[in-house]
Amino acid sequence: MQTGRLIVAKFNVGEKVRVRDAHPMGHLRTPRYIMGKAGVVERICGEFGNPEDLAFGRDGTPKQSLYRVRFAQRDVWQGYDDGAADTVDVELYEHWLEPMAAKHGDAQ
Amino acid sequence: MSDTGGHDAGHDHDHSPPPDSGEGLGHYNVMEIAVRELLIEKGILEPDQIRAAVEAMDSRSPEGGARVVAKAWVDPEFKAQLLEDGTAACASLGVEMGPTRLVVVEDTPEVHNVLVCTLCSCYPRMLLGLPPDWYKSREYRSRVVREPRAVLREFGTELPDDVTVRVHDSTADMRYLVLPLRPAGTEGMSEAELAALVTRDCMIGVTLPGVPA
Repeated sequence: MQTGRLIVAKFNVGEKVRVRDAHPMGHLRTPRYIMGKAGVVERICGEFGNPEDLAFGRDGTPKQSLYRVRFAQRDVWQGYDDGAADTVDVELYEHWLEPMAAKHGDAQ
Repeated sequence: MSDTGGHDAGHDHDHSPPPDSGEGLGHYNVMEIAVRELLIEKGILEPDQIRAAVEAMDSRSPEGGARVVAKAWVDPEFKAQLLEDGTAACASLGVEMGPTRLVVVEDTPEVHNVLVCTLCSCYPRMLLGLPPDWYKSREYRSRVVREPRAVLREFGTELPDDVTVRVHDSTADMRYLVLPLRPAGTEGMSEAELAALVTRDCMIGVTLPGVPA
């Protein structure tokens, strides 16, 4: 499924990442509830045009690696008191992710 | 709406016209008409091509998804392929995913999966047809992601406490399909009989497949 990929994904499956807590203008496919939260890469989905660029009629390049990141519900919602193991998986483009070691904030 | 008095007492109910009345077209209605007329006027598309595309969209139904689920229940090799690469597995049955790719999430006795698109209404239309209104509603989109068990209960789905609930937020280029657990008591059933048990809602993950009578 990952053959012929032109872009090397920066993060690996199983790696801990944090979603940037940025609030740029324009069309985003990163839901606000997940900004600033930490999760684990569940899979690498391939490379896709950047929707923030495509939304304005441009060509979406450079393409971005797209990841599915799995978050523990208890880390996402304060006071989540259902199943302790419950999760939410969110698709996120690479430029929204930073390694856990990096300082939390507005990269780029 | 006010809860006191009759109609004349508090005149605060909604007077907006019904969606198809032709009154008060919204921004996107006007935009759609304008773009469609321009495409026809400039000879880029024929009216019949647009009509045919709408017809093709309307003709898709959850039967497509049910066929995929039933096949996965009876054919372990197909199931393995479906979980590994849903797009290719569906293509082998003649269902093309177009520009999106399909991720199939499998229910197990320990894990229950449920789908949402919190940003809009991304939905596996190639397999399930058009999404139901509730799937697109702000209420479902905002609630299922933060209190999934309460929402599932409202759909009549009670899960044991020790089952993990995985919500899948369809935010970008993937589309999802829940592969539900094959119900007990269906051992002797044919693929077609099994497909009849698989409903739209259980492939979204808000219900479980029906048990045969």
